Amino acid sequence: MTTSDWPLWEVFVRSRRGLSHTHAGSLHAPDAAMALRNARDLYTRRSEGVSLWVVPSTAITASSPDEKDPFFEPAADKPYRHPTFYEIPEGVQHL
Amino acid sequence: MTTDPATASTTSPEGLATAAALALGDDALVLSHRLAEWAGHAPELEEEVALANIALDLLGQARVLLSLVGDEDELAYLREERAFRNAQLTEQPGGDFAATIVRQLYFSTYQRLLYGRIAAAAGEGTGDGGLGGLAAKAVKEVAYHQDHAEQWTLRLGDGTEESHRRTQAAVDALWRFTGELFQPLPGLDGVDWAELEADWLSSVTAVLDRATLTVPDGPRTGAWRAGAGRQGLHTESFGRMLAEMQHLHRSHPGATW
Repeated sequence: MTTSDWPLWEVFVRSRRGLSHTHAGSLHAPDAAMALRNARDLYTRRSEGVSLWVVPSTAITASSPDEKDPFFEPAADKPYRHPTFYEIPEGVQHL
Repeated sequence: MTTDPATASTTSPEGLATAAALALGDDALVLSHRLAEWAGHAPELEEEVALANIALDLLGQARVLLSLVGDEDELAYLREERAFRNAQLTEQPGGDFAATIVRQLYFSTYQRLLYGRIAAAAGEGTGDGGLGGLAAKAVKEVAYHQDHAEQWTLRLGDGTEESHRRTQAAVDALWRFTGELFQPLPGLDGVDWAELEADWLSSVTAVLDRATLTVPDGPRTGAWRAGAGRQGLHTESFGRMLAEMQHLHRSHPGATW
């Protein structure tokens, strides 16, 4: 099989019970309409989803692995950033 | 086999249109095999999965339909070429990708319109030959097959010079196999075949027009007087296809894994 010159698309599937679309994987397709159909064949054939999004992979701006530390490892000595100092009143639900 | 289903009466005592089930079951089985021939050869991995999915849908329909007629394995693997009742369109070799897509466009449009009518006939009680349940379920699958074929016809026809040339060649070459599809099948009394044919023609014409392709003006049937696939007369390549499809079962009868 030759290397595909079709662009890459990222696929997001909203599952039957889920509220939000979740990244499922990626695929090649010549355009958005075909990407949606390929996504249906590749990711929803076993009744996994009720809604599909496809996004051109080039449209996604991602954080760089080189910036991992400044991005994701804030100083651990700032406990006040975590909402752990509140007393939760009795009877409050869904917290 | 005790009785040859191809020559058995057209309707069972329970009102099941066995001849129609055999014809439509053979259509689905043979086209499924032709599509499966793309496995490992399709131009793109994604497209290979799409064609295999369509082939599997058709195989599922074939299993239901042939089981109504007799033992599905015996029917699929132990019949000779002349006992198959599929339309010749379904047995045409895949050729290039454009030929496969045009074959899909012609056939899936027919299947969607026909299954829709069979399902409607079941609802109105005008004569569905006992196939209404299957038709109602399969029409959703087939609508997707038609969409797939339509999307690709538009892109290939209105694509590059090369893709347009190849697709037009396939449109012309397969045209003479499309007339046979509208031979009325016995037992399906609720289907208006002339109206089915008119709807097919306008649907296919609309897609070909949008795809900048020319609707052929040649005849839609071949010159055979004796009939075509529905009468058990098949084209040259069908024998070779059957040999490949049947050889494992015939060499190792009853083999399982």
